[in-house]
Amino acid sequence: MATRTAGKPSTRRVEKRRSTRERLIIATMIGIPTLLVVWLVWLPAIASFLLSFTRWNGFKLSSIEWVGVQNYKDITTIYPPFWPAIQHNVIWLVFLFVFPTILGMLLAVVLDHEMWGSRFYQTAFYLPVVLSMALVGFIWQLFYSTDQGLINEVFGSKVDWYGDPSVNLWAVLVATAWRHTGYIMLIYLAGLKGIDASLREAAAVDGASEVKTFFHVIFPVMRPINLIVLVIVVIESLRAFDLVWIINKGRNGLELISALVSQNVIGEATRYGFGSALAVIMMIISSVFITIYLRIVFREERR
Amino acid sequence: MTGSGSLDRRSSTVPASVQALGRRSLLRGALGAGALLGVPTLLSSCGGGDAKPSGSGGGASAKAGPVKFGMNEAKGSGPAYERLSAMADAYAKKAGVTVSQNAVDHNTFQESISTYLQGTPDDVFTWFAGYRMSQFATNGQIADLSDVWPIDGMSDAFKKSATAEDGKQYFVPSSYYPWAVFYRKSVFEKNGWSEPKSQDDFMALMKDMQGKKITPFAFAAKDAWAPMGTFDILNMRLNGYDFHMELTKGKKNWDSPEVRRVFETWKTMLPYQQENALGRTWQEAATSMAKGECGMYLLGTFVVDGVPKETQDDLDFFTYPALDQSIGADALDAPIDGYCVSANAQNEDAAKAFITYLGSAEAADVANNSASAPFIAANSNASTAKYGALQKKSVEVVQNAKSIAQFLDRDTNADLANTVITASLQEFLKNPDKIDSITTSIQQQAKSILG
Repeated sequence: MATRTAGKPSTRRVEKRRSTRERLIIATMIGIPTLLVVWLVWLPAIASFLLSFTRWNGFKLSSIEWVGVQNYKDITTIYPPFWPAIQHNVIWLVFLFVFPTILGMLLAVVLDHEMWGSRFYQTAFYLPVVLSMALVGFIWQLFYSTDQGLINEVFGSKVDWYGDPSVNLWAVLVATAWRHTGYIMLIYLAGLKGIDASLREAAAVDGASEVKTFFHVIFPVMRPINLIVLVIVVIESLRAFDLVWIINKGRNGLELISALVSQNVIGEATRYGFGSALAVIMMIISSVFITIYLRIVFREERR
Repeated sequence: MTGSGSLDRRSSTVPASVQALGRRSLLRGALGAGALLGVPTLLSSCGGGDAKPSGSGGGASAKAGPVKFGMNEAKGSGPAYERLSAMADAYAKKAGVTVSQNAVDHNTFQESISTYLQGTPDDVFTWFAGYRMSQFATNGQIADLSDVWPIDGMSDAFKKSATAEDGKQYFVPSSYYPWAVFYRKSVFEKNGWSEPKSQDDFMALMKDMQGKKITPFAFAAKDAWAPMGTFDILNMRLNGYDFHMELTKGKKNWDSPEVRRVFETWKTMLPYQQENALGRTWQEAATSMAKGECGMYLLGTFVVDGVPKETQDDLDFFTYPALDQSIGADALDAPIDGYCVSANAQNEDAAKAFITYLGSAEAADVANNSASAPFIAANSNASTAKYGALQKKSVEVVQNAKSIAQFLDRDTNADLANTVITASLQEFLKNPDKIDSITTSIQQQAKSILG
C-alpha cells in the first residue's frame, strides 16, 4: 500500500504511522479467519491424515497404535464396500451432470419465456429444493416401498426399489435428480433474467433462430453461471450422503465414500484409524476437483 | 397391551427422528475437530474423578442426591419414555432429590454413545447388556457397580448379564424381550396348523403354508440388524449357545465349518422366506404377517408395534424348534435393557442410590402402572398384573430357557458388528451361493479389527 509513495520522505512518516494501525487491523482481519481455518480445517485434516496410519478406538489417547499403511492396505484389499463406493461416486457425478443439469437448464430456458402459469411451474419445480435430503428420502420411500409403495401399487410390479442392489442406486439418483433439477433451474433462470435484452433483439434482427440464439449468444454470455453450475454439480456429488444414509446407511448397493467414513467413525463403531484413512482418500479425490476448479477461477480472474 | 416398547430399534420411516438423526450426524461431523482436540483435557479430568473415595457408599446404603438421568427415549415417543420418566419422577419424590431428565431420540442416543461418554455424560444412563456394556467397562467409561449387587429379585442370569470381563458388575438390568416366532392365532386355526414341536413338524408346516400360497416366513433386512436374529437362532440351534458366545468374542473363526453350516442351512430356508427382503423394513414385514400374507415372523416381542391394534390380541409365538437333537432348543436371544453409571458421574453415591432404585421391583411397578404399555421387568418380584398374554408367555419362555444370548450386535465387538457383519449378512442374502467368499471375507476383516 505504502510502496508507491515511498519515495517522498514527508509523507512517509504519516504512511508509517497509519500503516502501524492498518497493519494491526489487517493482522486481526487476517489472523482470526486464519486461526479459524487452521483450527477447523487444517488441524482436523492433518489429524485425520496422521490417524489414518493408526488403529484407535477413540477412548484413550494412550491406546492409539501405529499400524503404518495397514488401513490403506485393508481398504483396498479386504474391505468389500470400497471399490463399489468409488464406482458409485463416479456414477453419481456423471448422472447429476448429464440428466438433472441439462433438464434444469432446459426448464429454465422454457420458463424464461413469459408464458401463462410460469410462476406456478417455477414454484413447483423449485419446491423439492427447500426440503431436506432426509425428507426427500422419506417422501420417495412412499413411492418405492416394495409392498406398500405407490409405484408397485400402480403398475402391479414387484420391484424392490430400495433393496435390490441393481436398481437402488438409480432409484436414489432419480430422487436426487428430482431435487437437483429445481436447484439448477433456479440458478439458471436467475442468470437468464440478467441477460441484456438488446442481445436477443440484435440476434433476432440478424435473423438468428431461437436455438441458434441460445447456443451462440446466450450460452457464451452465461459463462459465469455455467461455471457455478459446474462447481455445484461436482460439490453436490462429492458430498452425496444424506439420502443413502437415510435409506440404508450406505450399504447394499448404495455405498458411497462419505457413507463408509460415517459407518466407521459415527455411530457405535469407532474405527477412527480406518475411518480416517477413508476420509483421506476422499480428501485426495476432492482435491483433484478443487484444484481444477481453482485453476479455472484464477485463469478467469487473470483475463 | 403392546409389548416391549423399549425395543432396540426404531422405525426408519419416522420423518421426525430421521431428520434429527441427519442433523445430529452432520453437526457431529462439523464439531469433530473440537471434540478430537478436547480429548486430552477430558481424560485428565476423568483420571482425577477415578480416584474417588468409593467403598464407603454403595448398595442400598448409598446416599441419595441430585442426579442427571440420560434416557434413550425422546419425550413423547411412547410407553418407553413414559416408563423412564415415571420412574425418575417417583424416585425424585421418594428420595426428595432432583432428577434432571435428558431425553434423547433412541437411535441418536445409541449412535452418539461414544462421544456422549467422552463428553459430559449424565450420571445414570440407559444402556444394554452384553459386549456393548462390557467394552465400556474395559475402557473405563462406566463405573463399577459391584457394591450395588446382589439386587433383591434379580436372578443369577441377570447378574451374569451385568458382569464385564473383569468379573465385576457394571450394569443394572431393567427389562428384556425375547426373540421368537410370531404368528396369528386365527390364521393358524383357520388352516388347522399348530405350533411345531420338532424339526419335522416345522418343515411340514412350512411346506403346507407354501401349498396354501402363504409365504411361511415374513422377512426384512433393510435394517441391517434384522437378519442377525435369523443368523443367531440358526447358530444357536446348530452350534449351541457356547459357540455363539465364543464366536462373538472372537475365540472362534467366522470361516469355520460351523459358521458355514449356519449359512448353508439358512440357504435351504431362503425359499420359505419373503423375497426382496433387502428393501423391506421390519414394520412392513410385520404388516404382511398381520395381513395373513405370511404365516410367521421371527422377531422380538416389539413386533406388536408393527401390527394394527386389532391384530395385536391375535398374536402368539413359539420358540424356534430344535434343528439338532444333541443341541436342543433351550437357547434364545432375549436382549436385556438397563442402566449404567458413567465413570465421570458428578456424585457417584447419588448415582448408585438412583440406579439401585431403578433395579428394584418398586421402580418396575411404578413404570408399568404409569405407562400405557408395560415392559417385562427383569426383577422377578415385580408385579405381573399389567402384563398381557404375550408378556406372560415371554416370562415363561425366558425362565425355561437354559441360556440367554443378548443379540449378535450386542454380544460382538461394535466395530465388527456394525461395519462388517451387517454388510456381510446382506451380501449373503443377495448372493446365497457365495458363502465361502463371504465367510472368508468376514474372518479377514475380523482378524484386522480384533487384532
